[in-house]
Amino acid sequence: MDVEISLRVDGAEHRLVVDTRTSLLDALRERLGNTSPKKGCDHGQCGACTVLLDGRRVNSCLALAVAHQGAQIVTAAGLAQDGALHPMQESFIRHDAFQCGYCTPGQIVSAVGMLDEARAGWPSAVTPDFASSNVSADGGGSGVLVEDEIRERMSGNLCRCAAYANIVPAVKEVAGR
Amino acid sequence: MTVTARAMGEVIDRIDGPDKVRGVARYAFEQPLDHPAYLYPVQSTIARGRIIGIDCRSASSTPGVLMVLNQYNAPRTNIPAGQGELNILQSDRVAFRNQFVAGVIAETSEIARHAASLVRLEYQEEPHDVELHGDRDDFWVPSAASAQFPMELDKGDVDAVLTSAPVRLDRVYTTARQYHNPLEPHTTAALWSEDGLTLYVSTQGVSGIRDVVTALFGLDPGRVRVVSSNVGGAFGSKVHANPDVVLTLLAARMVPNRPVKFALTRQQMFSQAGYRPPTVQRLQIGAERDGRIMAFSHSSTSATSKLVEYAEHCTRPTATIYAAPNLRTRQLVTSLDVPTPCIMRAPGDCPGMFAIECAMDELAVECGIDPIELRIRNEPEIHPASGLPFSSRNLIGCLQEGAQRFDWEHRDPKPRARNELGWLVGTGVAASTYHALQQSGSMATIRADPDGRYTVLIAAADMGTGTWTALTQVAADALGVPVGSVDLRIGDTAYPNASSAGGSSGIASWGAVICEAAGQLRDRLGRGGSIPRQGLEVTARMPENRYASQYALHSFGAQFAEVRVNAETGEVRVPRLLGVFAAGRIVNPKTARSQLLGGMTMGLSMALHEEGVLDPRFGHVVNQDLATYHVSSNADVGDVEVHCLDEDDPYVNPMGTKGVGELGIVGTAAAIANAVYHATGVRIRDLPITLDKLVAW
Repeated sequence: MDVEISLRVDGAEHRLVVDTRTSLLDALRERLGNTSPKKGCDHGQCGACTVLLDGRRVNSCLALAVAHQGAQIVTAAGLAQDGALHPMQESFIRHDAFQCGYCTPGQIVSAVGMLDEARAGWPSAVTPDFASSNVSADGGGSGVLVEDEIRERMSGNLCRCAAYANIVPAVKEVAGR
Repeated sequence: MTVTARAMGEVIDRIDGPDKVRGVARYAFEQPLDHPAYLYPVQSTIARGRIIGIDCRSASSTPGVLMVLNQYNAPRTNIPAGQGELNILQSDRVAFRNQFVAGVIAETSEIARHAASLVRLEYQEEPHDVELHGDRDDFWVPSAASAQFPMELDKGDVDAVLTSAPVRLDRVYTTARQYHNPLEPHTTAALWSEDGLTLYVSTQGVSGIRDVVTALFGLDPGRVRVVSSNVGGAFGSKVHANPDVVLTLLAARMVPNRPVKFALTRQQMFSQAGYRPPTVQRLQIGAERDGRIMAFSHSSTSATSKLVEYAEHCTRPTATIYAAPNLRTRQLVTSLDVPTPCIMRAPGDCPGMFAIECAMDELAVECGIDPIELRIRNEPEIHPASGLPFSSRNLIGCLQEGAQRFDWEHRDPKPRARNELGWLVGTGVAASTYHALQQSGSMATIRADPDGRYTVLIAAADMGTGTWTALTQVAADALGVPVGSVDLRIGDTAYPNASSAGGSSGIASWGAVICEAAGQLRDRLGRGGSIPRQGLEVTARMPENRYASQYALHSFGAQFAEVRVNAETGEVRVPRLLGVFAAGRIVNPKTARSQLLGGMTMGLSMALHEEGVLDPRFGHVVNQDLATYHVSSNADVGDVEVHCLDEDDPYVNPMGTKGVGELGIVGTAAAIANAVYHATGVRIRDLPITLDKLVAW
């Protein structure tokens, strides 16, 4: 069955017709031609399709497009505005935090979403004190995420080229600003 | 000719970086094609037998379905010798479970996938044989044709020394079935029109794909164009054409003038894209009490499919790494009703060096010698098998530099000596080596324009390795111009033929032919000559390396691991890895470091996580996704330090490079296994090192 929906993607309004079986990822890639989010597993296991959906990071392969009528979506292509790269994108280049580039847009969107979560005080599995809202502190309240927090919070995004040892400092540098 | 390094050695950010961080670099499936059709395969549900009936009625009548491809209506193909895996939809035979047996072409991917589930097949099933056991009696010596080293090596009297040596070691090591799992699945888009065939494929070599496609369909190579500008990881699985490319072509042939797109699902990647086969290896070492090796014997067995012979050549590094007056290697293979394995990052050398380097650690323990000192004592003067001198060899330098950086001096060799709050801590070391390979057959064109810009054309590949950047640096130095004056064009058969990105040979091969073309161009221009108004273009062929027969060409490294093993649960963590490498000239220290640390991290993943589990009842791998086939995630990896020694090698190629794509994964798993032994006193000889193997203490 086909349904007409509207999506706001990287600031632009789109009306499109989708099959009710179409994932948000396929709607972006195959219907709208926005191939910034990548399809690595189509099962929510690799994170390459990560987008910000109404401000929060999600695996767009696990979302059905019809369930998100009117949603605001930001992809890595939309993080770069007016020709300037987002600080996270610049940091990824500076730290060579990728090789093939296929997981990269998802990593970057995920990192941006993750920092918002940390700023909002959301704990992770490695946060020592779950009751504390001060999860972004390195113990001294400096506001810099400790590396283990970054590793844990970024583990939903697989990188088979295995640039993790570069991704962590790339994210940390932006987190410290 | 040796090229003077100006750009080479400089840290340059990836040229393709700004596109990749925004996600706008286009991969094969993402080419803007007009009104594409989508393909979805039907896979066999038996491991061996014949198809005796196929019912496509319900699939064919589904609205939006263009066609159901099967063995009766698919175009016929000419399968090149040794490419039996590509023989799909040509007969009623089924050679492994999940083989492609039909395909649905439809208006959308959703329709194609649903309709494929409606195709009904009836089989006459035959008993299948899918398990590798060491006690099988049907092993044979694999063909050496593609191996570049002897399958059987005999030097001296190994058996006599093994029975009389003061220290004797006899161990069996096994490695698991491992899958490449590049994040970008294998993808193809094909358009077959009156103008010819255009293919967008995620591949390590467009020229090789074109050659296979022209052979399969009897086409004029001039009418086939293969494009692959960006590749989302490969690690060996995309070096050859796989059945998904053939299925896409069969489909495109049936819907002329309509692009057909096909991407394997992650699950399909576990039956269609090759894998590193499990290995069973036996190491026998006879040594003096001071650790000097008297005899070394290494045998390795693996299994291939019934379609193509592929052997995991674990004995390839054996003759290179240590001096052994008596030396024997044996390589054996058998065939099973399984998909065909293929090369995966450091094929042979990676699992082979796991066994060798664990055995060396065991020998060090037996002799009561430090494992670094043991390796130094067994350093060969010349290549132990060929007798050739090494063009350069800095294994000892790597071990010593690494020892210093890792504070090896203060290591207590006693196992299970450090317990930090319930975590047993240990450290381990292992050596790395890989051959410095150059592949023949590449060509390159360089065009000089009067504005001082140079365009370099070669059908090379960048699957994340950094070719876009590093090869531009090579070309700039070959031409004697700044990097900014060079426009590199790769990944398209519209450019001159190039060898595939495999065997860590990319820069060595493509760089050498670019240096040749640049030399010819500069000769034509003459000293101080200006570029003519109409420009100047030169096309060169790959020169032969005359030193290749005079020297043994290899890279080396030393890897150090610190592990923490939970004393209660057996959980293994790797807080620190260090790799010190001697790999000739490093063209771009930034991208080369990423390749090496990526290799080491994949080695960590091999050591602790990766194992495709085969269900012998059905013949398929059950954990066929990224949730159940775990590859290292960010939280699995700690500090990874990479250091490259300065190494000047005038013999390998004009740039002095040795390749760094594979060296980094060789030895990591052994360093970790040796560290696990040091931490716990438990020797695990069977990868991966999972906690169930450690909690039996």
